[in-house]
Amino acid sequence: MTLLEVKELEARHGLLKAVRGISFAVGEGETLALVGANGAGKTTMLRTIAGAHPASEGQVLLAGEDVTRLPAHRRVAQGLALVPEGRKLFPEMTVLENLMVAGRRSRTGAWNVETVLEAFPMLKPLRDKRASELSGGQQQAASIGRAMMTNPQVLLIDELSLGLSPVAVDAVYESVTALIEGGATVVLVEQDLQRAMSVSDRVLCVLEGRVVLEAKTGDVTRKQITDAYFGVASTPSNDPARSDSETS
Amino acid sequence: MTLLNAVLQGVFLGSLYALLACGLSLIFGVMRIINLAHGDLAVLGAYLVWTISTKLDVSPFLAILPVLPVMFGLGYLLQRSILARSLRSGPLVPLLATFGVSIVLQNGLLQVFSPDVRSLGSSAGEISTGSWEITSQLSVPYIGLVMMLVALVVLGGLQYTLQHTAFGRDMRATAQDPDTASLVGIPASTIYAKATGIAVATAAVAGAFLAIRASFDPGSGPPQLIFAFEAVVIGGLGSLWGTLVGGVVLGIAQTVGATIDPQYAILTGHLVFLLILCTPRSRALLSRRSTS
Repeated sequence: MTLLEVKELEARHGLLKAVRGISFAVGEGETLALVGANGAGKTTMLRTIAGAHPASEGQVLLAGEDVTRLPAHRRVAQGLALVPEGRKLFPEMTVLENLMVAGRRSRTGAWNVETVLEAFPMLKPLRDKRASELSGGQQQAASIGRAMMTNPQVLLIDELSLGLSPVAVDAVYESVTALIEGGATVVLVEQDLQRAMSVSDRVLCVLEGRVVLEAKTGDVTRKQITDAYFGVASTPSNDPARSDSETS
Repeated sequence: MTLLNAVLQGVFLGSLYALLACGLSLIFGVMRIINLAHGDLAVLGAYLVWTISTKLDVSPFLAILPVLPVMFGLGYLLQRSILARSLRSGPLVPLLATFGVSIVLQNGLLQVFSPDVRSLGSSAGEISTGSWEITSQLSVPYIGLVMMLVALVVLGGLQYTLQHTAFGRDMRATAQDPDTASLVGIPASTIYAKATGIAVATAAVAGAFLAIRASFDPGSGPPQLIFAFEAVVIGGLGSLWGTLVGGVVLGIAQTVGATIDPQYAILTGHLVFLLILCTPRSRALLSRRSTS
């Protein structure tokens, strides 16, 4: 069953079109990795899906329901949660408060403070610590935990490993892998190709706001993704950018 | 003993300023807006209490009860209709918008109530004039004590709400990062509207005490705004307990100044405010707040 469907989505930063007619779908329990160079439009796309950035064209459908015109907080209530780039915890609030604030309007589901602390054991001794006092890895775990508190149908994670130490990346990925194995539906933006491919079912490569490669993780080599990533080589036959240019 | 009495009266007067200032502080803390209409909203509250009190011949302490939800609703609508739109256009537009609201309120009050000076002192009875005389030079006015207690209850209640309730957490989260608050399901615009409603309701309480303690007219708002603003800045922008301290410092400065010469009361308050503003701590605090 398709949980998240994005149709011909476009988003702008002023005159600049950052997302140019992107379409994709994510099935229940599936993990989609969005990869691409800096400035490719991945973060804008994720923020547009989550409602934090306005869509200029296109549609976002969650479980078949059009949520394109809903504000971000209403999309959370529908089951879309974003772990934003840079973690964006509320710095003056404790870890526990950060979790509780997200849990207040939570959808019904298995996630609550206890289950989040079980899933992210590193947070247990830190629950009364201010978010601003946490390390990068601890903040990322808290940020994912905070998103899980809303009991999302689809979890959007922006730049999971950005700015973290290798040890912290290992710990965060361990928890995220457990979430995925538990059946979570995830759209993951990641710069680290190796990591992204290790946890995802499909990979979508974005270049200058367009999808230049979409494939099952097992059907594509790292080199093909890297080539698409930098736009230096031919891409597989299902390349929308190519068909786009052929028709235009 | 005269000085001790002046300090005591200053504490009571400062409680009124703190009561007036806490709404200003709340709106600034949550939305980063300086509400230039805050003093006029307090005066509007005073007129509403005066109207109910005189028309129904009830004590102003009873008349304030129906005024509170009305003022909450007014604040809610004010945010939804004017402040929310102006907030999208940068920090200067809300300042101009609230200045406009201030002018509309003053002229509206002039139109409806005339420029006549009014007071709720006589309606409040002995509580507005009576006092406990401790010595011949030291007395505790009933109204001062009531103001202080109400200020402690209101500020303490607000502080408790902010720190220990789910709504307070929502307000703090929205104040820290409204975009991220939306991403965890908090309707930031509703939180803003409720915070404005609470702030305007507290302004009405302060307005009622202003009317019981002294007289008021449609032009009384701006001076009260200045005192409230000074209390907020002295106490540290956006901090509720700091606002209480700021109000008390300002009140003491004014009453001590008045013991030197009654004409010096307001001037001394302003001078103390300027002195505190010039301290390195205040400059650092203002700089940090304006950056955030």
